[in-house]
Amino acid sequence: MKKKLLSALLSAAMVATMLTGCGSGNADAPAADGAAAGTEETAGGEDAAEGEGAEGEAEADAVTTVGDPNGTHMEMWSFVEAHNTFYAGMLEKWNEANPDRTIEITFTTYPYADMHTKLLTSLTAGTGAPDLCDVEMGQVPNVYEGVDTWLYPLDDAMAPYAGDMLTSRLDAYKGSDGKQYGAPFHVGATVMYYNMAVLEEAGITQADVDAVVTWDDYAELGEKYLDAIGRPEGKYWTSVDTAGVDWQWIAMAEYGEDWTGGFDGEANVQLESVKKMLTMEQEWVNSGLAQVSPDGHVDLEAGFQNILDHNIVSFPKAMWYMSRFINYMPEEKGNWYIAKCPVFEAGQNCSVGIGGTGTVVTRQSSDPALAADFLCYAKMSPEGETVIWNDLGFDVCNTALWSDEAFAHDESNQYNTFFRNYPYDVLNDIKDQIGTIMTVKISPTINEQFCNVTLNDILENGVDVEEALQAAQDVVSLEQ
Amino acid sequence: MKIKKFLYSQKVAPYVFVLPFILSFALFWIYPLCSTIMMSFQDVGPAGAEWVGLKNFSKLLKDTVFHTAIKNSMQYMLWTLVLLIPFPMAFAVLMDSRLVKAKGVWKAFLYLPALTSVVISGTLFRLMFSEYKTGQMNVIMAALGFGTFKWLKVKATGLMALLIVCCWRWTGVNMLYFLSGLKAIDGALYESAEIDGANAWQKFRYITIPLLKPTTIYVLTISVYAGLSMFMESYMLWAGPDSPNNIGLTIVGYLYKRGITKNQLGYGSAVGLVLLVMALIINIVQLVLNGTFKKEER
Repeated sequence: MKKKLLSALLSAAMVATMLTGCGSGNADAPAADGAAAGTEETAGGEDAAEGEGAEGEAEADAVTTVGDPNGTHMEMWSFVEAHNTFYAGMLEKWNEANPDRTIEITFTTYPYADMHTKLLTSLTAGTGAPDLCDVEMGQVPNVYEGVDTWLYPLDDAMAPYAGDMLTSRLDAYKGSDGKQYGAPFHVGATVMYYNMAVLEEAGITQADVDAVVTWDDYAELGEKYLDAIGRPEGKYWTSVDTAGVDWQWIAMAEYGEDWTGGFDGEANVQLESVKKMLTMEQEWVNSGLAQVSPDGHVDLEAGFQNILDHNIVSFPKAMWYMSRFINYMPEEKGNWYIAKCPVFEAGQNCSVGIGGTGTVVTRQSSDPALAADFLCYAKMSPEGETVIWNDLGFDVCNTALWSDEAFAHDESNQYNTFFRNYPYDVLNDIKDQIGTIMTVKISPTINEQFCNVTLNDILENGVDVEEALQAAQDVVSLEQ
Repeated sequence: MKIKKFLYSQKVAPYVFVLPFILSFALFWIYPLCSTIMMSFQDVGPAGAEWVGLKNFSKLLKDTVFHTAIKNSMQYMLWTLVLLIPFPMAFAVLMDSRLVKAKGVWKAFLYLPALTSVVISGTLFRLMFSEYKTGQMNVIMAALGFGTFKWLKVKATGLMALLIVCCWRWTGVNMLYFLSGLKAIDGALYESAEIDGANAWQKFRYITIPLLKPTTIYVLTISVYAGLSMFMESYMLWAGPDSPNNIGLTIVGYLYKRGITKNQLGYGSAVGLVLLVMALIINIVQLVLNGTFKKEER
């Protein structure tokens, strides 16, 4: 009898272990793969380039708990470890200043794709979402789909700071119902970066660069540079992107157009501004003035190398690209000069806010009002903005600080000393000329079509601009 | 006593033994399959799921990007069949012959890539095929006196890169399948053929190939499915589901893009269902033509 009992037990154990074996095997494998894939995307992915994700080569699942253990406990997710470090520092300050409303936050850093997938899934499921979460600009339309049912509006919490914030930037993070759901880190104003050290060797002075107003002037200066260096193979004035739509955004902002059509409109990619920019880019590639950016845009390893090799000496990019110089191209210190972007016709707006991270408070939060207050304090107050500029190197949205001597000309800030001029001097100059392109539901489709097909067709395969834009419009219209 | 009767019952025992499989099969296959079929007729949004009838499928018919994905996956699948059946079979025959020394070492070498992570190897291959002049392939091109080439921006070389990753990874595995098939062939057959004066080619053609047929059909079946459902390789090679002119977009890549990145689970489910139907049709036709379902083959 004993023997039989034993054998019964053994077979039961066997069945049980087989079951758990099957279960965990099936559950774990894809998750592990996904995590690794996500990390990679953050390092080189196209989406990451739109924001400030590239410095986010964080370990998967870096978890830290900071703050007052007796305070309200919250969860916060980000895809960039530096962001979480920033919030943790601001949390200490918040707790000191608000002893009656202390918070303890568990910060988790996930890889880019994983974090957004997890957030969307938990919001859809109605459970498991964090109290606060970073959302990258490209992902904003997905997360904003459930505006008021998923997210908590920040309008009340940001009231003390809203007056100083750049309105066009706040607008970019508004939901379709007009409420503010995301708090921005930076303006992401596009500017033109010039390698002055190389240009001076070719006899081009800072005054020449400052004299550039229109794209024609810009191209003319480029020809002058190429003539001066004897047009060697592999050297170009600039590089145009096939895996990013920054150039098209600049063009649209200059003409005050927007291909998304806003929240209620129909998307239209066949805009005059877009056509002009693409035609110009195509001409440049054909004439040898510009090359196509290696791997598609300048915010990738190959792009950094291309800049370091001085294959290109100027390019337009958002202000947050400054941190790429510090992190990936430190040997370029003192060489680069930041200037306004050229325009098509004198008098147009010359900049547009690109990329960014909007931080949201979810409705699932244990105390959404408190979370919103902390978030706005961290990302919009002068204290918070100073830390953002010093530690993260972003062009902050609090315009009151832009002309503050102690802030904008602080010599202990590495960004202020890296370039030939003070970044905020340029920003102050273009303060009223920073346009906004909306990021709405159709935006990911437009970006995808342009980065995958349209830009490659026009700039790599020489397809006619009108023809390529018609094809893009057909795809976009299908999704409307 | 009832328990004893239960445990020793010849009728019950088989069910107890297959239960773990049935359970995991139901939980991880049947249930997702059913909910995929359901969701493919729905629009799954923040407010919950909404029935939309055949809308997802009619949109698929018009969706040119999806058509590109199907074309890419089919092309890739056909090429893997061409490359991953004859060559591993030839390697297996070599390994089984007396021509090769240190067989263990060779087998290990060929099998090793299957053990590495696709994520790591995909990234390495991406760097090798980089369009920048420091990429390994461009270094080789330069050594041969050619200029740099944009490997991952051109359809033909992009597909070639995918196939190289695929062959590098799966040749060893398929070789092992064929090796096990070869071991099952009775050596006496070869001996008698030799006595009858058959040469090496005749032995291969008239003994090895026919007797390997069950293995070949198995490899063919899984290759069709694996080829159609390829995703990781292209995802890693282009650092995401996006590639220039969609040259690296596969059906599963498109499913991922729609279902996960864009959170359109309904439309993604429709894509998945089309993949399932395609793989089923191709494999059933292939199995019928090969006579797998005929009674005498059993």
